[in-house]
Order: sequence, then structure tokens, then C-alpha cells
Amino acid sequence: MKRRVGFKVERRPVASGRVVFFVSLLAIFAALVVAGIFFRIYGVSPIHAYQLILRGSLGSRFGLTETVRRVIPLLLCGVGLTIAFRALFWNIGAEGQLLMGAVAAAGVALFSGLPGPLLLPAMFIGGFIGGATWGLIPAILKVMLGLNDVITTLMMNYIAIYFVEWLIHGPWKGPTARGFAYTDTFPRAAWLPTIYGTRIHWPTLVLGLVLAVVMYIMVTRTRIGFEIRVIGENPDAARFAGISQLKTTLIVMLISGGFAGLAGVGEVAGIHMRLLGPTNISMGYGYTAIIVAWLARRNPLAVIVTSLLFGVIMTGGDVIKVSLGLPFQLINVFNGLILFFLIGSEILLRYKISFLLRR
Amino acid sequence: MDNSEGYAIELCGIVKRFPGVVANDGIDLKVCRGEIHCLLGENGAGKTTLMRVLYGLYRPEEGKIILNGQQVHMTSPRAALNHHVGMVHQHFRLVPTLSVEENIVLGLDEGTGPFVNFRKTREKISSIANEYGLSVDLQTKVWQLAVGQQQRVEILKALYREVDILIMDEPTSVLTPQEVDQLFSTLRTLVDDGLTIIFITHKLDEVMRVSDRVTVLRKGKVVSTLPTAETDKPALARLMVGREVIFRLEKSPLKQREKILEMNDLHALNDRGLPALRGVSFDLFGGEILGVAGVSGNGQYELAEVLTGLRKSTKGRVFLAKKEVTNCSAREMNDLNVAHIPAERIRMGIVPALSIRENLILKKYRRPPFSYREFLDNKEIEENARRAMSDYQIAAPSYETPVKLLSGGNIQKVILARELSENPNLIVAVHPTYGLDIGATEQVRQILLAQRERGAATLLISEDLEEIMTLSDRILVIFNGEVMGILDAESAEIEEIGLMMAGTRHKGEEL
Amino acid sequence: MGWETWIITTFSRSLAYGTPLLLGTLGEIYAERSGVLNLGVEGMMIMGAYSAFTTAYITGNPWLGILVAAVVGGAFSLIHAFTSVTLKANQIVSGLSLTMLGLGLSGMFGRGWEGKPLPATIPKITISGLSKIPFLGPILFEGQNLIVYLSILLVPLLWYILYRTRIGITIRSVGESPATADSLGINVDRVRYMCVLLGGVLAGVAGGYLSVVYRPAWTEGMTAGMGWIVIALTIFAFWNPVYGMLGAYLFAALYHLSYRLQPWVSPEFLKAMPYAFAILVLIFVSRGTLQKRMGAPAALSLPYTRGEE
Repeated sequence: MKRRVGFKVERRPVASGRVVFFVSLLAIFAALVVAGIFFRIYGVSPIHAYQLILRGSLGSRFGLTETVRRVIPLLLCGVGLTIAFRALFWNIGAEGQLLMGAVAAAGVALFSGLPGPLLLPAMFIGGFIGGATWGLIPAILKVMLGLNDVITTLMMNYIAIYFVEWLIHGPWKGPTARGFAYTDTFPRAAWLPTIYGTRIHWPTLVLGLVLAVVMYIMVTRTRIGFEIRVIGENPDAARFAGISQLKTTLIVMLISGGFAGLAGVGEVAGIHMRLLGPTNISMGYGYTAIIVAWLARRNPLAVIVTSLLFGVIMTGGDVIKVSLGLPFQLINVFNGLILFFLIGSEILLRYKISFLLRR
Repeated sequence: MDNSEGYAIELCGIVKRFPGVVANDGIDLKVCRGEIHCLLGENGAGKTTLMRVLYGLYRPEEGKIILNGQQVHMTSPRAALNHHVGMVHQHFRLVPTLSVEENIVLGLDEGTGPFVNFRKTREKISSIANEYGLSVDLQTKVWQLAVGQQQRVEILKALYREVDILIMDEPTSVLTPQEVDQLFSTLRTLVDDGLTIIFITHKLDEVMRVSDRVTVLRKGKVVSTLPTAETDKPALARLMVGREVIFRLEKSPLKQREKILEMNDLHALNDRGLPALRGVSFDLFGGEILGVAGVSGNGQYELAEVLTGLRKSTKGRVFLAKKEVTNCSAREMNDLNVAHIPAERIRMGIVPALSIRENLILKKYRRPPFSYREFLDNKEIEENARRAMSDYQIAAPSYETPVKLLSGGNIQKVILARELSENPNLIVAVHPTYGLDIGATEQVRQILLAQRERGAATLLISEDLEEIMTLSDRILVIFNGEVMGILDAESAEIEEIGLMMAGTRHKGEEL
Repeated sequence: MGWETWIITTFSRSLAYGTPLLLGTLGEIYAERSGVLNLGVEGMMIMGAYSAFTTAYITGNPWLGILVAAVVGGAFSLIHAFTSVTLKANQIVSGLSLTMLGLGLSGMFGRGWEGKPLPATIPKITISGLSKIPFLGPILFEGQNLIVYLSILLVPLLWYILYRTRIGITIRSVGESPATADSLGINVDRVRYMCVLLGGVLAGVAGGYLSVVYRPAWTEGMTAGMGWIVIALTIFAFWNPVYGMLGAYLFAALYHLSYRLQPWVSPEFLKAMPYAFAILVLIFVSRGTLQKRMGAPAALSLPYTRGEE
């Protein structure tokens, strides 16, 4: 009697939630394994390293606060990006939108002359507008002229970076210390309150959590959320149903850019209390948020979890640098690996491999 | 035709199947060398499929292809070209941003490696062009050319590859009358030079004008092959549409009510910027079904799109229950309670990844009771879904099931449920039973008849002539964007319809 | 500094700094012409820079370093080609992840290499006869090197291939209308792989040039966004190698001038110019006929699957 083992590959019509979750875990696991190889190269046991990271970022008080501090901008940007991605608008420009939000907040803090209690709310509003404007420009270009959203948002990032550089070296220049340029410190009233002894500017955190929930409700329960989902799934049917691509795209980028702007406000008003060089304000939050949103499968609530994961990872970078003497860059490698395995694993979502045992 | 020289092409017993349909059902075809042979038939007859088999795009399940007495296996278009068979498709295979000469040379292996000797190429193309009167500026980019000239490029492409046999698939559908004249004279020149041409068409005029012999296909089978000189248009029309008994559905007598739709001299362009509708006028009354018969590509889809706000008209006016709705948007037509059952079910009619209940409210989500201010009322939406699924017998595990998992028939029922639930006064139904099994087809037709009972005005656009004749009260035939005539369905003769579909105006007016 | 000397120095430095921009752009032009958007250029460049430096340091042979850089860049690009063309995954995300990986890996491994001096680099070339030509002489023939010359020679070569040979026609058809190309028997996937590979190789060489010739030195993140400028440049060049060359030197000049012109124009403004220019170009070609004449390949960043007729 002969036994034949083979497998057949067939197209999977729809991937259930369970499969998606499992595949995402698989991607993360694959990244952990490959990163583990790099740990080995440095003579460190990967298990040991991962334990250290978890303990360092979640186990100690300091580590936890550092993690949460990083979660805040990831959360805000990530939620905004899930909305953009749902409408198939590839917003690679969260980094620039974050910076423009920071600029607006700094402008309000330093020059608006508003009375104390009004300062912080005004900064948030200004930051939202700043980020939203920066996001609306590529949106308008896409809807009116058909310009590629990836390229325009990407280019806008660099324009924003140099704009910030110009401000801090030029018109908004404050005291310079050892070659670093930054603006004057914000007035006290423009400082976000933080949890005692930490750098967690909790109003922004609360804002992020609230917005995550609000966006989830919007996507699942409102008309505009429905329209966004239809456009993202089948633009032809959207046209058929009379849904306006123009209006929806603009709203989506208003939100996505605005949220990134809010993240920028948080950073300058909660952590630095001044406008700094762009790479000091954002350690690639805008780009990491892309992975956060992708891993969350465009679900705003899930972003709460995935942003926490990446907060842990980013803090983990500090941990391995300090405790193990390993380069921080390993974290970027890890992020790159996760993203890579995520998209690579999507093929598992599209096709089902079943094993056949034939006698 | 003198067949002592042997046939250029012999197709023996070609069978080609697709899921759910037998496109070619044992076709035998013999084409003589040096003749223009027309393949005539209406939609779905199998003409294009058959030629694609000959050109190597499809592999037949059964049958043989014999060229000049030798059996060949057409495994791909490359193989076809190696056997000197070329094809000019209905939708041109040209790269718009490349120049004419670049397009002609594209994909060709001339043995010169990576380099193209443009001088030699130009000489060769020019000599071909001059010989057959196909002049085109070689260095113009294709997107800058008029459609007629683009077609010339396609022909030059084939001639450059030294074909003996040229297949042309509905070549005149995009040409002006002058360009058609030029094309025909070119074909005559080619044939005088020894080429064999197979010409797919549904236009009787052209068959009579240009062909030596004609083969009529119907529903995947050959009906007849005859010399053109021995036949005429009415005879061909009869062969094309057949005279089997039409099974008429149980239909209550027509109770025509007030006029719901008035279309006046409507003109519109298609996606390529060519005229699709040229002065279409008709009235539509409540309680009746007006069937639009015509071969695919004669303007019926554009008609549906104009009526439902998906395409702008360039001239003319449309009135819905006395209110002008010319060039209203899709949303406005939607709000005016116009139902649209689209031709492309999956691409346009549903959002595949969303659930049944979400698809059911695709058009009404903005209105109460489904939404209150900005929020969707999920309870109402679920209730609506439950009701629709039972009313229309949609078979699915639950209303949360993503629509893309449903069968074709159930998808169509979701669309019908959505479109018809608000008791529309105008229904535009395009191929409503396309691709559905017998059971689903029955159900859909019954639903449409029920709407007719209720008093809705229905415009039924379909490529299935039997469906039109069975369901309609009146039949409008469209050809080349114009109305050839409107007949009463009960008394219409199918040959008359066939003639009109193929270009003859009603009551004997020649085109 | 006299005006003359000033101009000569500017152009001369632009040539030097523009070379990696040019190499990267030429490669990206080919990749995008075949329809694949490669956002991993930055990652490929920095990996090229790192591998070239370490190879040159260890072996003492700078040319070997450049060669290794080419191989590394190519290998990276093959990964991108695999995910984009074979797996038909999202090209944007694939490219971004490779950039992250490249920056991370090079930063990680490169940690011990900062500050190390390179024992030998490729020689500067001065052609005494030609360098006497007023203006052009000192710019082109004094103190440049072989890679600069090779990259300049690549331009007419790649231009010719793209516009005047069968290969070029094939590439352009694949990027404009892969369905048409496929129906004519062209292997769309293979063409795309080749073009992406070329892009990766040239990006690697560009990075290697930076670390082995231009500086020469290794610093973490030394490409400093050059890869993104390449993306902008590709658009600015209307996907044409000749304009790519002009654009590369122009942007290099802007970069060089951004420090020189500091008293009058803010350097940040000049540095932002390439990106703003790219958007302006895109706007310019967005109108109908211009799009066809000079715009992006129609199938750019869209995965191709053969559909049923």
C-alpha cells in the first residue's frame, strides 16, 4: 500500500480573524528568531536578551514609564494611520505631520501671547490644524490631480524636517548649547502636566486612548466610517453608491494628519518643552507608526495593543544598549524584520495550504 | 470558392468550455485561401472564443487545427505567429506611450539581439505600408493617434510579422464610416496579395459588403456556412437568431400607467471619447418592461450609466416623472429612487469584503431609519437584513457573512433586495440573469415581473434575446448608439429584431 | 575667493557629490520604468557604504570594496523584487522595511568601524592636458576619479538602451502596460527582476562610493537621506537618464551651495528644494497629455497578475 503525501494550494476567499491573528503572531515570531541570530553574533543568548527587554521595559518603574512615554505618539499616529489606510490612502507622511503639529504648538506657546489657562488647549488645537494641513495638501493633490500619495507624503516629510531646522536655526532660535539648536523654553503654562517623577504627559495619553475608541466607533457605527470602509474595499462600488471620493479622502487625511499633529504637540509640550531638531522630536515615530497600524490590521482599538508592543521594543533598544552593550540599531533591524515578515506572510492569508494524505 | 488548392484553415470539432458554459460546441470551419470569411453571430455565439483558440490564447478541450493541410498545436500567440496567423483584437494591444515603430517591433525576436536596426525596420514597415495603403507616421506615439490609425498600427504589426492569415475581431466598432471604407479597401488589397482574412462581426451590412463567404454561429455551434453571393440580410438574420419557439412566461396583461421616463435625443461618449449614444429618444411607462436588445458594445451600457448618474451626457434631456434629471449625479438618482442592477455584479454592485447586512444598506445608509444624524442604527440594519434574506430567499449562514462568499445567484439577490426594497419607480436592470443557474434565473425573472405588477417602469438591458422577448412588453433595438426601432413584444418577429440588431432600421429603412 | 574659482569649485564639488545621486537615480529610473517602486534605495545605499568600507579596510583594496557594495546592494534588491514581483505584496511597505533593515543592520554592525581611517582609496585623476581648458578643464579633469567618469559614461549608455534598443522598448512596455507586454510573449516578471536588480547594484555602488571615495570614512547613517533624494530625483528627471544626470548635479550643487550661500539664503531652504521640486514636477505632468508624454510609467507600483481574458 502506497502512501502519498502532498499538499495543495488554493486561494482562500476570506481570512478569518483567527487566521489573521495567528499569521501576525507568526510574523513576529519569525522576526524574533532572525533577530535572535543577531544576538548570537554578539555572543548574547536571545532568550536572555528578550527577558531583559521585557523586564527592562515593563518590569521596572523607570522602564515602564519610558515605554508608556513612547507609546503616546505611536498611539496617536497609529490610530490616525489606520483611518488613512482604510481608505487606501498611503500616508507615509505621519513624521512630517507630527513635526508640523509640533511647530504649531511651539508657535502658540512662544508667540501667541495667550493667557495661561488657554495656552495648552490652543496648542492642541493649533497642533491638530498644523498636522491636518500638512496631511490635506497631499490629499488634495491626489484627489484633484491624481498624484501618487506615497511620494507626495514622503516628500512633505523632508520639507517639514528642513522647515523645523530653519526655524530653530533662524527666526525662532533660542540659546544654543554645544552645537545643538533649539527655541526658547516654553512658558510654564505651556508645559503638559506629567505623572509625578516620570515623563508621561498623561493628558496626551488619555487623548490618544479616547481617540482610539472614538475612531473605532466611527469606523464601525457611523455613516462616514461606512463610507471609508466601502471606498477602501471597492472604490467602484463606492462610486456606484454615490459616495464622494473627494470628501472622504479629505476627511480621512484631516484626521490622520491631525492626529499626528497632536502627537507632535505632546512631544514638544510634554517631553522637551521647546522646539528641537527634528530627529530629537521624533525618533521615527511617524514611520514606526506605519508598522503599528499595519500590525493592528487597521483596527483603531488594536492600535492600543500594537503601540504598546512597539513602545516595549523601542525601550528595549535602550535596555540592550545599557545592559548588554549592544547597539540600539538592533531595534531598527527588528522593526524592519517585523514589517518585512508581515507583508511576506500576507501570502499565507491569501492562499491556504492544506496537506493531503492519500493512500 | 475553389478548394482544389486546399483550405488555408480547417477547424475540426473544436470544443472549448468555461465554467458553466460551452462556448464552442464542436465547431467545424473551413476557410479557403485568399478569401474574406466572415464569422457572424450575436452575443455569446462563440465567435471570439473560436478565434482565440485559433490564435493560441485558449487551448480547446477537443478538436484539431489544420493549417494548409498540416495539423498544428497552437500553444500560445507566439506559436500562432510562428505559423503566420495574426490577430487584430477588438481592444488594441498597444502601449500608448511607445511610438508606432516601437509598438510594431515589441516582443519580436529578430535575431539581432538587443539592438534594433531602426533603419531596416523603417524601410520594411514603409514598404508594407505603401503596398497596402496603410500610411502612418512611424515616430508618433500611439496615444496621439486617432483610433482608425491605431488599428492600422495593429494591422501593420501583423503584416510585419509576415502573417498569411489575419483575424479581425469586430474591427469596425471603433471606426468612422470613412475609416471603415478605408479598412475594407485595405482588406481587399491584402486578399489580392494572397492573405486569408477572417472577419468577426455582428453587422449584416459588412458581411454583405466585404465577405466572400460567411459562417453563422449560434450558441456555440455552426448554423451554416454559405457563399455571401447566395444569401441576403433577412436570411442571415434568420440564421443568426434562429426560429425556435420562445417559451413565454406567465405574464399578466400589460397595465400601462403614467409616463415615468422620457429620454430626449440623448448623446453621450464612451470611455474612449467616441460617441456611444447618438440621439436616443424613447418613453417608458409604469407597469411595463422595455427590453433593450442589441449586440454588446452598441451603447446599451452607456445608456444605463447615463440613466443612473454614472456618466455624463453631452446633449439631450432626461425627465423622470416630469422632473428634469439630465446629468444628475449617482447620489441624486439614488435619492430619486432609481434602482440600478449593474452589469458587473462583483466589481460595481457589491463590496465583497463587507457583510450582507452592510451591502444591503449600501445606498440607503444615509437615510433614516438606518442612520440618525451621523450614526448608523445597527438594530435597524440587522432587522432590514433579516427581512431581506427571508423575502428574497438569500441562502447564507447569517447576515454577517461577507458577500464574496455567496454564490452568483445569491449575490444578485442581495443586489435586488437592496435596490428594490424601496419600491423604486424606475428600475434599470443590466444582464440581471447573467451567469446564474436556472433556479436563480427563474427567481430573478419572477422578481422583475412582480415589480412590473406593482407598477414600476423597468428598462431591461440584456444580451440574451430570449430573455428580452420573454420578459418585455416592448422591445427597443439599439445599434451603433441609435434606436433602430421599438416593437411590441407580443407581435415582434425575431428575424425583424435580428435585422435591427445588425443594422437595419425598422420598417425597411436601409442604413 | 574670486568668482571664477568659486564657480569652478562649486561645479567640481557638485560633480563629486552628485555622482552617488546619479548612480542611485539611474538605477531607480530603470526599476520604476519597469513598474516597480523601490523605496528601499536608502537601505541599499547604506548597506553598500558599510560593506564597501569594511571590505576596503580589511583587504586594502578599494575597488574590491565597491564590488562588494554592488553585490550587497543587488542582494537586497532581489529581496524587494521577490516580495514585490513574485509575492505581489505591497511595494511601498516592502521598500520601507528594507530601508529600515538596511539602516539598522549597517548601524548595528558598523558600530566599531567609526573613525577608522581607510588605508587606501581610489586615486584621484588629473589629466594634465585637458585640465588646462578654461572652466571645464579644472572641473572635469582635475582631481576627479574613475567612478565619476564611469557614471557619466553610464548616462548615454543607459539612455541609449532605454530608448533605442529592444530591451528598452520591452522595459518601457512592461512598466506602461504589462498586460499588453504579457500578451506579446514578454516575461513581465523577469524584466522587473532585472531592472530592480540593476537599481540595487547601482544603489550599492553609490553607497560604496560615498564611504570609500567621497569621504572616505564610515559613519552610522552617513547616507543622510540621499536615498530619498534619489526617489525625488527620479521624478524630477521625468524617468529619463539624461535629465537624471542634470538633476543629480543640480541637486548636488544646491547641497553644496546651501553652506556657501548661508549669508543670503537659508541652507535649509536649499536642502528642501529637491523635495519641493519633485512635487512641483508631479503637478506639472499631471495634466492629460503631459502625463502621457513625460509622466510616470502607468503601471508603477501596481503588481501584475495575468488575468483571464
